[in-house]
Amino acid sequence: MAKREMRKAIETGCPDGFQYMHPLMVKNFGQWKTHDHPRPGVLRHIAKSGDAIWTVRAGTQRILDVFTLRQLCDIGDRYADGRVRFTIRSNIEYMLADEEKVSPLITALETAGFVVGGTGNSVAMISHTQGWLHCDIPGTDASGVVKAMMDELIDEFKNCNMPNRVHITTSCCQINCGGQGDIAINVQHTKPPRINHDLVANVCERPSVVARCPVAAIRPAQVNGKPTLEVDEKKCICCGACYPPCPPMQINDPEHTKLAIWVGGNHSNARSKPSFQKLVASGIPNNPPRWPEATAIVKRILRCYKEDARDWERVNDWIDRIGWPRFFELTGLPFTKYHIDNWRGARKSLNASSYVRI
Amino acid sequence: MSDEKKHATPMLDELENGPWPSFVSGIKNLRDGHPSGRVSDMANDLLGQLEHSYETRKGYWKGGTVSVYGYGGGIIPRFSEVGQQFPESKEFHTLRVQPPAGHHYSTDILRQLADSWEKWGSGLVTFHGQTGNIMFIGATTENTQHFFDEINDYGFDLGGAGPCVRTSQSCVGSARCEQSCANEHKIHRMLVNNFTDDVHRPALPYKFKFKISGCPNDCMNAIERSDFAVIGTWRDEIVVEQDQWKKYVDEKGRQHVIDNIITRCPTNCMSLKNDDTLQIDDRNCVKCMHCLNVVPSALSPGEDRGVSVLIGGKRTLKIGDLMGTMVVPFMKLDTEADYERLVELAESAIDFWAENGLEHERCGEMIERIGLVNFLDGIGVEVDPNMIDHPRESSYVRMDGWDEEAIKWFEDKRDQSLAAAG
Repeated sequence: MAKREMRKAIETGCPDGFQYMHPLMVKNFGQWKTHDHPRPGVLRHIAKSGDAIWTVRAGTQRILDVFTLRQLCDIGDRYADGRVRFTIRSNIEYMLADEEKVSPLITALETAGFVVGGTGNSVAMISHTQGWLHCDIPGTDASGVVKAMMDELIDEFKNCNMPNRVHITTSCCQINCGGQGDIAINVQHTKPPRINHDLVANVCERPSVVARCPVAAIRPAQVNGKPTLEVDEKKCICCGACYPPCPPMQINDPEHTKLAIWVGGNHSNARSKPSFQKLVASGIPNNPPRWPEATAIVKRILRCYKEDARDWERVNDWIDRIGWPRFFELTGLPFTKYHIDNWRGARKSLNASSYVRI
Repeated sequence: MSDEKKHATPMLDELENGPWPSFVSGIKNLRDGHPSGRVSDMANDLLGQLEHSYETRKGYWKGGTVSVYGYGGGIIPRFSEVGQQFPESKEFHTLRVQPPAGHHYSTDILRQLADSWEKWGSGLVTFHGQTGNIMFIGATTENTQHFFDEINDYGFDLGGAGPCVRTSQSCVGSARCEQSCANEHKIHRMLVNNFTDDVHRPALPYKFKFKISGCPNDCMNAIERSDFAVIGTWRDEIVVEQDQWKKYVDEKGRQHVIDNIITRCPTNCMSLKNDDTLQIDDRNCVKCMHCLNVVPSALSPGEDRGVSVLIGGKRTLKIGDLMGTMVVPFMKLDTEADYERLVELAESAIDFWAENGLEHERCGEMIERIGLVNFLDGIGVEVDPNMIDHPRESSYVRMDGWDEEAIKWFEDKRDQSLAAAG
């Protein structure tokens, strides 16, 4: 039988964005002068040429079905010259050359159920990962956590009442694909993996799994005469790093997979160098379909930040100023031995001075 | 679809309540309203499996090997572990597709992508995944190739998956932002498209990501999330329009300006003069962006612009989070030769890491293991005090090459000043 002729890929890589860019943005590329923020969800950028472009930003469900995508396109055709872009937090942005179309566009978006906001000092759309919908190693469903949480933070998204912008992220495992955030809601496993010894030899490349463990707690073993792997449970930090290369080392557990909350991650260089997030709360139940316990803690942290932080302080700036004792006091969260880091370089995180807040 | 065929989804139904748009409603729309039985059946079984995950608090997808003809990566294979119960979505692979630089789209091209996707896939798509790919979520093994063939014909290509150069991401930058100090668009495409072979055929120690932000606000999270971060910056003075500045002071008051701008400068390089003008000690400005963010009407980045490059950022696995390290404090990107130098730097970094990195070791982890100096030596970059927070604190080091190194430093300085003098 003749072999089917396979089509050879055209290896074009990343497409040129100029072919899709709004004409005013092409015209003024690299020639912008300033911007302002006429109302939440709307930005106005002014070019050196005197041109102005209005941007309307809207939050969506992120996982779009083709009907919703076409609905967003219809709105773009009607009000925004058929051009859109997406932000890093999966908001859609419409660019308008005509200020008169801003209000009708907002009405059209809101009528269709989208949420205009996410600019300036708002709580931005939560950036998140795939979760149970598609990931092979998820401890939770980020899409569900985010939907439930955004339902409760919608006013903070639609308004700009925070001291500075707040970026929230979620991740469904400790690899943390959701990244750093002012507040991060991440899976935290609390028990070592349960190993199906019958499957390990056939499914897993054992030396790579041994090499993957951050604390060298995994070693080759024989169980019932079969080659397998075993875990030194005293050394195991329950990170789940062995699970992706070796699915028979099941780390997810309906009861013992918890959520933890971290604060103070900040990508920007503004005012201080970029910072990593710090653990503040753990042991939060992984409670679908709406995860109310996690949302309650996030809202509590946001309330304290809003009341106590000064203008322009991001969450990390605020805590740097008030100190950790005050953070735990204000939020009412317990401070435990688990907050004290013992990973490599941890001594740098200890207080080696007489500075105390008492 | 008849009601008895539909999986009951009492838990997911709870996620249709509340004001935020619901992804569950979107999947149900495909189930209930899509004319293609293939799409609606797939949506139904997907909902069934997801509901099962909600009930049992566990995921049921496993990986595998799926690719398109000629490539080794770009597809995230997903086979259901409960495919017997939910057969229509038992193969549910994601195609990672590289977006246009800056994430710009016309509605025409989005519609074209939507048409192709409902023809071959589930009809579910995300703009964008965390690395920046368009995520076309849910295709069978066979249709993966058909969908790719169709969109590849009109200009879209797969991104990276596995140990390879990954899809890159750049901010809106020069297209709409006055803070931009670089042509992010060009940097993005020059870098990642130079490594197309390394994107499509995973053969590196682990993943390698480029991210490009036009200014130090780093909206692309490049320093924290990429192995090779390019950040637009400048080296002359911040441009101050004193009239606009005084107008701002007049509107907001001196107290506000002192509390929110002057005292927030990380190097205390600003002062508000008695006549309300602003004085900046630009030699001590570290380009943090705070004052420019607060008063974009009066302050702009300097005019002698270029980029910084930081190498080695990554997330937790395996040794813990690492930020990128400053490797090139400043380079101009004016001429084609300048851009070539940037691409060559990326090639040197990837080549050295491909040669010296261990399996599953990110570039930053390799630098941690071998030391920054060995890495710099490997890629042919000289040391610079901008690379460090402070010099070493430990005396436990062998320094018998000190004299040569000190002489080299002075010679390099002399060469630089001769070159600058022309």
